Amino acid sequence: MTGELLLSALGVVGMLLFLTVTTFALVWIERKFLGHIQMRLGPMRTGYHGIMQPVADALKLLFKEDFIPGSSDRLIFWLAPLAVFVPAFLIWVSIPFTKELVIRNLDMGIFYIVAVSVVSIIGLVMAGWGSANKYALLGGARAAAQLISYELPLIMVILSVVMLSQSLDLKTIVEKQAVIPYVLLQPLGFLIFLFASLAEVGRTPFDIPQAESEVVGGPFVEYSGIRWSIFFLAEYVNTFAVGVLGALLFLGGWNWPLLPPIIWILVKSYFLVLVIFWMRATFPRLRIDQLMSLAWKVLLPLAFLNILIVGAHQFYRWPAWSLSLISLVVVLAVGYRLRWRRIAGTSRLGLSLATERRLANDRTP
Amino acid sequence: MNITIAIFFVIGIIALVGALGVVASRNVVYSALFLLLSLIMVAGLYILLYADFLAIVQILIYGGAIVIVIFFALMLTRTREMPLRLDNPKKPWAIVASLAAFALLATTTALTHWKILVTTPERVSYQVLGRTLFTQWAVPFEIASILLLVALVGAIVIARPGGRE
Repeated sequence: MTGELLLSALGVVGMLLFLTVTTFALVWIERKFLGHIQMRLGPMRTGYHGIMQPVADALKLLFKEDFIPGSSDRLIFWLAPLAVFVPAFLIWVSIPFTKELVIRNLDMGIFYIVAVSVVSIIGLVMAGWGSANKYALLGGARAAAQLISYELPLIMVILSVVMLSQSLDLKTIVEKQAVIPYVLLQPLGFLIFLFASLAEVGRTPFDIPQAESEVVGGPFVEYSGIRWSIFFLAEYVNTFAVGVLGALLFLGGWNWPLLPPIIWILVKSYFLVLVIFWMRATFPRLRIDQLMSLAWKVLLPLAFLNILIVGAHQFYRWPAWSLSLISLVVVLAVGYRLRWRRIAGTSRLGLSLATERRLANDRTP
Repeated sequence: MNITIAIFFVIGIIALVGALGVVASRNVVYSALFLLLSLIMVAGLYILLYADFLAIVQILIYGGAIVIVIFFALMLTRTREMPLRLDNPKKPWAIVASLAAFALLATTTALTHWKILVTTPERVSYQVLGRTLFTQWAVPFEIASILLLVALVGAIVIARPGGRE
């Protein structure tokens, strides 16, 4: 009993260290990667190719003045970073890296992760409200709306993975993918997962709560120094969590031949994180109404369709290739439709221009 | 066993303090936060009772969704310019009513002969839960689903642009 507790405590400390180092690595990778995409070098001065830049940034943040605006609600202002940070780290308790390397594997692992990560939305709302700043309040409201909306397609698509593997246990889900990773069985599900989880962590095409040009940083306007860096840490930890969960749920986790499992899971997770950074460099920010219609009119129906397809596949015991074929056909059909609408002079979300105009007119009171 | 009882008391007292805070605090936002505290502590009680599925559902639905919706409503309807003070001249009546309700519940609890379970409760897996939910309790489940569907359709009708023509 005591030994087990001690081992768990050791695991938690190890995980905290690992996540901090990962955040430093991600910050450096993101800045270099974005730099090279935009034909510049990125940080170069601190260490070899700027490798110490995250450390320098962290030191700068630590030594900044800890400023709390006078009209803010001090208690909530103080609690908000913790309310974001704690759930972001709590989910790692049950994320397995390999068959053995997990602090505490739960038989409802993925369900636990989904439930706990929802709580961090409250932290963003608290930050927005507690700052007593109009932009922060707007940003907090946007964050709540966006995160609740994208929670639905995300949960639905995770549910379809659970239906395929017949288990909520992440280890079992990975073991079921020993031969074929689920990304090949349901490319549609993988794409929905990628977009919805991007919106969940608020990375760039979906960083509407923070949108600098509209709400000047959203819930974090009034935060600086160490408090702001807690939000920042949580954001990168969550981004990495999306990478690891994507690898576990769709890319077959740690099973692939030749290299040891821990290397494979890290390679797959970092690959997904790089895709997320790449999207940040490529796409402009969506508008808030585009964001909402993407969630409710495109992703959610597709997620339901995905569940129907998987359900029919499981019930009638169709062969595996039929599932991937149907899923691929749906992806191609949706992609073709969006492209065709775009060529025919429409908005990015595939609403026709007439619909857009009608919506715009209706909105004015 | 004693550790379990100690944990039970700690969690229970925090849950009660949270519940008291919901009604006693004069700021609506603080009330919502106290509600969150209380609900999460109730999830802790579920874990002590080996009902971990229920505990996670509690956190997901009450801790997450419900409290967020309450916050959202607060943020959209009241701003800093409007007073957030919760106070009411009918406070004595409220105290009397809640004391009466408490007395009723307390006497019922004290008078009931509870069957005391000697063995430690067994953990019910979510597979068993799911199976009973979709076989034995299929009809209530479907009725609840229809209720939620109606609520969804209603929300869409209200929110539809140009719906008031």
